[in-house]
Amino acid sequence: MNTLRLALRLLARDFRAGELRVLIAAIVLAVASVGTVAFFADRVKQGLVLQSNKLLGADLMVSADHPLPASYTDEAKRLGLATSHAIRFNSMVALAHATDANAVLTDVKAVAAGYPLRGTITFASGRQAKRTGGGIPGRGEAWVDTRLADRIGAKVGSSIEVGDATLAVTAIVAREPEVAGLTFAPGPKLLVNLADVPATNLLTPGNRATWRLLVAEREPGELQRFRTFVSSRIARGERVESVRDLRPEVRQTLERAERFLGLAALVAVLLAAAAVALAASRYLRRHVDTAAMLRCFGARGSHTLALFVTQFAVLGLIACAIGLVGALLAQQALAALMSGAFVATLPAPGIEPALVAIATGLLLLFGFALPPLAALAHVTPLRVLRRDLPMPRRSALFAYAAGVVTIGVLVAWQAREAQAALIMLGGVGGVVVASGLVAWLLLTALKRLPVRGLSWRYGLANLRRRPLASSLQIGALALGLTALLLLTVVRGDLLRNWRANLPPDAPNEFLVNVLPDQVDDARTWLHSTLSVDAEFKPMVRGRLVEVNGSALDTARYEDPRARRLAEREFNLSWASEVPPGNRVVKGRYWPLDARGADAGISLEEGIANTLHVKVGDRLTFDAGGLRVTAPVTSLRKVDWDSFRVNFFALFAPGALDRLPTTYVAAFRAPEGNTAWLSGLVKRYPNILAIDVAEILGEIESILDRVARAVQFVFLFTLAAGLVVLQAAIASTQDERRYDAAILRTLGASRRQLTAAQVAEFALLGAVAGLLGAAAATAIGYGLADRVFNVPFAGSPYVWLYGIVGGALAVLIAGTLGTRQTLREAPLRVLRQLA
Amino acid sequence: MPSFLVRAISLSKVVQSGDAPISILDDVSFDVAARESVAIVGASGSGKTTLLGLLAGLDDPTSGDVVLDGVGLASLDQDGRAAMRQRLVGFVFQSFQLLPALTALENVMLPLELAGAANAAQSARDWLARVGLARRTTHYPRQLSGGEQQRVAIARAFAGDPKILMADEPTGNLDAATGVEIAELMFRLNREHGTTLLLVTHDANLAARCERRLSLAAGRLVGDERRAAAHVVADVRHVAAK
Repeated sequence: MNTLRLALRLLARDFRAGELRVLIAAIVLAVASVGTVAFFADRVKQGLVLQSNKLLGADLMVSADHPLPASYTDEAKRLGLATSHAIRFNSMVALAHATDANAVLTDVKAVAAGYPLRGTITFASGRQAKRTGGGIPGRGEAWVDTRLADRIGAKVGSSIEVGDATLAVTAIVAREPEVAGLTFAPGPKLLVNLADVPATNLLTPGNRATWRLLVAEREPGELQRFRTFVSSRIARGERVESVRDLRPEVRQTLERAERFLGLAALVAVLLAAAAVALAASRYLRRHVDTAAMLRCFGARGSHTLALFVTQFAVLGLIACAIGLVGALLAQQALAALMSGAFVATLPAPGIEPALVAIATGLLLLFGFALPPLAALAHVTPLRVLRRDLPMPRRSALFAYAAGVVTIGVLVAWQAREAQAALIMLGGVGGVVVASGLVAWLLLTALKRLPVRGLSWRYGLANLRRRPLASSLQIGALALGLTALLLLTVVRGDLLRNWRANLPPDAPNEFLVNVLPDQVDDARTWLHSTLSVDAEFKPMVRGRLVEVNGSALDTARYEDPRARRLAEREFNLSWASEVPPGNRVVKGRYWPLDARGADAGISLEEGIANTLHVKVGDRLTFDAGGLRVTAPVTSLRKVDWDSFRVNFFALFAPGALDRLPTTYVAAFRAPEGNTAWLSGLVKRYPNILAIDVAEILGEIESILDRVARAVQFVFLFTLAAGLVVLQAAIASTQDERRYDAAILRTLGASRRQLTAAQVAEFALLGAVAGLLGAAAATAIGYGLADRVFNVPFAGSPYVWLYGIVGGALAVLIAGTLGTRQTLREAPLRVLRQLA
Repeated sequence: MPSFLVRAISLSKVVQSGDAPISILDDVSFDVAARESVAIVGASGSGKTTLLGLLAGLDDPTSGDVVLDGVGLASLDQDGRAAMRQRLVGFVFQSFQLLPALTALENVMLPLELAGAANAAQSARDWLARVGLARRTTHYPRQLSGGEQQRVAIARAFAGDPKILMADEPTGNLDAATGVEIAELMFRLNREHGTTLLLVTHDANLAARCERRLSLAAGRLVGDERRAAAHVVADVRHVAAK
């Protein structure tokens, strides 16, 4: 008790003296950054669990790209399960009876009695506005979601056209049970009655319709038997999905996001660790005399240690509490930035992330601050008489070891895999060491510049005086600046460059699901209406079923992307010549007059590699029950950026003649004029129009949100870099006071002293900014070359923002940390420190 | 032009220690003429260094004033006093007080640069040569011996061409032989440049080489003795001969 009281008193005294500010700031920051990510991830996970049983609108769903056999429904009914049918397909939807109606590509769900079996529909207006409930639209009715209503200007009472049918809008839906998945920008949705589907005339082969059987159990156990029944009969293109099957996917993506953000937060923690270590070493130097005095007065070593441990435990808990409050505020901001990314509504944060964050803070404190302080227990009381006795060194090795172990524990804990942890440590260490090295070279080079002037020389000398600390600070700041510059300026440049590099005649509109007998008419219509010559290409949707005569087992692909590609339907087409923008890289393309399957298949190089298919392999595709088999005779490299219509698999003309074919057209429509679209939809209700600008806009908005979230987490990194700077300034405070006193004695004015400090900090920040800009530009070049395939002229703004921003940030932080040194009377300082 | 270069007027310094005020200097007054050499002597704690600090404007007196070259320090702010020091005063300290981040040359350049001198590097180089350190210009203080560091400090003190040299126990941290060398160097340069010397010391030999001796005891001026100039010169020759 006595120890606690004394510890608290000592703590309060140190706090008043400003000795603990950096230590507290570092721990607050670490707790806040880890806590923010942990809170956010936890809320999303909880949200998923809460929503999961409503995700499907059922307990189990059988879906297929063809109507499901009646046997499934019969068996479900026999087992006493509740059932309901649904079909999903795409359609252009527009207001009826309007001359300049806006036609929008919409996700249509046709439902039957009983829907939804689980969960509820929430209405925004119309039927039981603001209420939730079940039920389905009646015959001739349509329930549009808020997004579609906004886009086409529909209200309750409006009429809309869906294919050949005209339906009355009777409700606006705010939310309905549907697989939320991970869509950042869900498309407009429409609910209609299943019985109205035939009237739309939209279920053509080119429309990727999905037939669904929804089931829900009334008694536990029934579902499992039904699942067994379906699983034993499941055919190609059919899938059984339950909440249990669905969640791993969502969860996996969430975990990946969590891990990435967690690692970003960890960078901040590692920097905070450096700050804690610096602050602790200063604390040690400052308290050796206190410890010696305590021992002189008869305190045992263990008692002295207990005193300091108690102080730090109290300090740590206070700092953790502040950090937690920060984390709670910050995670709210993160949730707002990522709103709707995972689940619609987030439950309140739980207690576990708080524990994780607090544990991180205490681990930092006890791993980095306490081991050096153990030295205080070994201080010789003789120091009271002889100030020049060396500091206790005995526990230095122990302190370093503890620090290394702590870092290892922290990284392994956050990264959860040894490999990711190593990459992380190596990456951060590499960047910091590399920037430190470059910083050192720069400082050396600057020294050789024939520059006059005290401020400049003195500032530079101060940086060179502590090469390790300066390099660490520069490295830490450069790391934060790199991330921020990359996510802001470089990202914007890349996207702009990419868009600027699209061919000016690149198509901006795609028409899909054009029936063969509509092609000539549509071409003429487009020519007369928009004066464009649209390029129509045939397309057959087929599934890869055999490779070299043996059935394709998609399970053999380890890569989930390969598996998804193999399970999906391919878009097959034919062409007598290599299409523009395509280049044969392996094998030979068939001659101009070649016809039929024997000429072979030209496969896109990337997909061939993903699916492990080589030239010479024989592939069999199945389209609506009809099969075609052909050897791979060439591999093509495709310039996807051209935005032309391209196909993974090309055949020679004639090879696919028997198979159900639709056409796809691409052309460049005049921008801003969408009136032609409703005309087209009225004429050909089955055609779907895809607007490239709209898709690009959605991709950009997704990128934007992700970038903002990552940026947000990297702000912690930058803040941590500044705390390291503060820690370094604090740990050199005595040296700075001493230097200032001497300069004062020699007649330096306050302005000259300030100028010297400005030079030092501006230089430090500018070098960090320079390195950050260089790294961001280099990464930008890499991305431009490897990912975007665009020329990249690093923007001058990267350098401007990096150097000026870095210099300003450090200048402000540094000047705040050192303003005290200018105020003291020189004689007092010299006597105190000499 | 006043006849005195340095004038202390009723200087007192009181510091608060706990509840009780402690008087460190009590009503000290004296004048020092240009080119005079003055030793300030006294037992440890008698207020010597405090007095020197007040004379240089490094600290504020509780009452009284210091007039340097006709200007009262009390009328100046910190920057004004710094400017006075930069124009008038060179310093040599017991513990050298070189800036560890700067080389010997850069340390000597400091006062010149503070004054905005055009050829700081060249004249600093000349000064280092004059104190025998022509080959040590790029060394940092930690790479120099104590005697060498004090030579750098002396070069720095004279580089600004001061009218007054203030020295606080300049040989106090040196062994006897090096101390003699350093004292010799300092007195020689002082003589050559006609500088006014204010020397704080408790070394009787060092004090004896000054023309005048101010004795402090418990913060009060208790003695002010002058010696004949011839005496001093003889003394110097005597030491030089050794």
